[in-house]
Amino acid sequence: MSVDKIAVGIGGVAALLFIAWFFFGKRQTVVAVESRVRITVDGGYTPEAITIKRGRTVRLEFLRKDASSCLEEVVLPELGVRRHLALNETTPIDITADRVGEFAFSCGMNMYHGKIIVVE
Amino acid sequence: MTHQISLKLNLHGADSASAASSLESVIRDIPAVSNVSLNPITETLVIAYDDERGNPEMFITRVRAVLGIDATVVNEEEPAHDHEQMLRESELRALRQKVVIGAVLSAAIVAGAFTPILPTQWANIILWGMTTPVVAYVGGQFFISCWRGLRHRNANMDTLVAVGTGAAYGYSALITLAPGVLGAVEAQTYFDVAAVVITLVMLGKYFEARAKTSANDAIRRLLALGAKTARVLRDGAEVDLPLEQVVAGDLILVRPGEKIPVDGDVLDGASTVDQSMVTGESIPVEKGPGDPVIGATINKTGAFRFRATKVGQDTVLAQIVRLVSEAQSSKAPIQRLVDQVTAVFTPVVIMLAIATFTVWYVFGPQPSASYAFVNAVAVLVIACPCAMGLATPTSIMVGTGKGAQYGILIKDAESLERAERVQAIIFDKTGTLTAGKPVVTDLRGNETQVLSLAYALEKQSEHALAEAINSRARQLHIAALDASNFEAVAGRGVRATVNGQTVLLGNRALMDENSVPLGEFAPALAELQTGGKTVMAVAADGKTVGLIAVIDEPKPSASEAIAALKKMHVRTLMITGDNLSTAQAIGRQVGIDQVVANVLPQDKEQHVRALQQERMVVAMVGDGINDAPALAASDLGIAMGTGTDVAIEAAGVTLMNGDLRSVPATIRLSRATMSNIRENLFWAFGYNIALIPVAMGVLYPFFGWLMNPILAGGAMAFSSLSVILNALRLRRFKVS
Repeated sequence: MSVDKIAVGIGGVAALLFIAWFFFGKRQTVVAVESRVRITVDGGYTPEAITIKRGRTVRLEFLRKDASSCLEEVVLPELGVRRHLALNETTPIDITADRVGEFAFSCGMNMYHGKIIVVE
Repeated sequence: MTHQISLKLNLHGADSASAASSLESVIRDIPAVSNVSLNPITETLVIAYDDERGNPEMFITRVRAVLGIDATVVNEEEPAHDHEQMLRESELRALRQKVVIGAVLSAAIVAGAFTPILPTQWANIILWGMTTPVVAYVGGQFFISCWRGLRHRNANMDTLVAVGTGAAYGYSALITLAPGVLGAVEAQTYFDVAAVVITLVMLGKYFEARAKTSANDAIRRLLALGAKTARVLRDGAEVDLPLEQVVAGDLILVRPGEKIPVDGDVLDGASTVDQSMVTGESIPVEKGPGDPVIGATINKTGAFRFRATKVGQDTVLAQIVRLVSEAQSSKAPIQRLVDQVTAVFTPVVIMLAIATFTVWYVFGPQPSASYAFVNAVAVLVIACPCAMGLATPTSIMVGTGKGAQYGILIKDAESLERAERVQAIIFDKTGTLTAGKPVVTDLRGNETQVLSLAYALEKQSEHALAEAINSRARQLHIAALDASNFEAVAGRGVRATVNGQTVLLGNRALMDENSVPLGEFAPALAELQTGGKTVMAVAADGKTVGLIAVIDEPKPSASEAIAALKKMHVRTLMITGDNLSTAQAIGRQVGIDQVVANVLPQDKEQHVRALQQERMVVAMVGDGINDAPALAASDLGIAMGTGTDVAIEAAGVTLMNGDLRSVPATIRLSRATMSNIRENLFWAFGYNIALIPVAMGVLYPFFGWLMNPILAGGAMAFSSLSVILNALRLRRFKVS
């Protein structure tokens, strides 16, 4: 086997490992929210994970900065919310969780994800 | 009793943030206000106030005094305001422009790549020059989106397009600049791949954006139904007020042909009203004093005045909008698996592309670098995670929207999915299968004597059977005699003294217990009962004087609905508190499979559970009030509304009209939607699961087949479009 094939073989395996680490190995930072939080929509959601107290109404302010149509909607399925996010505008969504647990939110096509963790 | 109301005002145009915050304290000082919150980012003010002491006008006046601007009331449920519509249109325009530029340049690039008239080096430079605007301008958004995502370690379809076309473009540019740089590798450029794939994906996005607007137009159409103004009587004068300023208790005038602005009760006047937009019922409904009217329905012939009972977010229309929009964002259980796939899909495709490159380079035939490169690009640009992400929600959106159009309100995607599998449907009898309004059908004995005695006993009662007797007596202008010593005998009937005589009105048991022989009326009683009628005997001073037979007729739509369900192989049952012979007679009339009689309201739930234990998926159809436990216990609760009550918690489906044909229509809609979802998933997964291995070249060792990246790009562009177009076919669904 020629040198270039060996190099491409090793490089390919390294690239696979890198991609797996890059996308699946990321750590989520969780932000505790009292009453309101600004979630920036830009290549994903920042912060991606928030904790809120059960029974408390929290305002999520989605500020969409990313023009990609993938991020034009935000969906909170358990709460029955699907909202169009206007570009460069803030869209407020008030939520009140009545039970403890993790509630995912995502873009309209379920490519980008975030979660709301409800604690006592 | 006071009622707290939350009002949101738009303060767009306010000069400074500090003035806006001083407004907050001014509003807080108003006694009716319990809470104020200013949002400087969205320039909105949310006020919670007591609706007996405050009104929107009051706050708008204060805002004008402090900020000098006219604040407008924000309707939270209105996502389709003009601003958004404008944005969508400008987005579509921009997409169209990009598609046109991309198409013209791509056509030239493809022609140039296949007809070499210049030396290769020069031709490549020209192709490079034409491809650059396609990549930078037409496809620029993919690269921006890809970069933004990568910064957060996220990937989506744009990432695949950007990496795929970016690689084709970068590789070709390198070969153009330095043909010998890759040594023995054949110097073939792929400018055409980069340009055509970007243009095709953009074309797909353009069609997708257009189709998506139609998929989501149910809410927009519902909102468009609402009236904008109302003619209100204020201080004795008629004023046209914007809808936001109408409050509960207002007197509102409606003329022929006008839209009824809010929900309320008719005070005077009479008319017919077209309620089809809310209930799906096409025949106009008669309205007179005391009748409820629904906002957004259209007054046809007469004029009337009504008192507003529900405004703003409390109206039936607002509740329908809320219910439909919640249903559209809910997730069907079928989607859970899809979600698991889409969550990891894009990174997995990138890894597959790397593996494809590596395997072709190391083990592939010569020129291996070329094969490796082309196949890796094909893998990247054929994968379309969007199609999978769109498959279920788009069908749910169209299906639930379509239901709302026919007055079928589906609570969530899970209810829709369950409706498909329903094997048995239990109908409550009174008020559901029947009209719930018994009428007198037969009278034996002296008509005047029998009715006047019965009327004397029943005239104070509001029981449904009493109402049947009273209305017949009034019809025949029978004089109301006085009754005294009134006594109700539970489950039997009533006893009272009329003109010094002891009068009994009730069933056979009442007569037997009081030793009153039925005499000549005995055969008639038995015969009437077998005909499905409820029969009451009237006796005076120990002697039977006559019989009154009453029937609660089945709804005209009942037989047709049951027949339709039978055709769909759904078992039908009727459950009632009536005696068996009456129940069976009604059951025969409508053609129901099985009758369950003598069931107390609280025991209905047990019968639902008994069927479930036979491993049947059971739907219960009831009025949603006394049937709530049975509705909740069933796999699918279907509440028959009257057009004025929407928020029926226990039910998965609320039928806004009393038409029983909506029950088979619900099942058919659910079957149509679910099979549409399956078709979508088949296409979406077909493209991605079946075509990715083809693009990787797994068929090459057997048939020599490879996927041209341009074809792969085309497949990607049209996979999500095919899903949306298929979902839109559901819009052609008809109830019958």
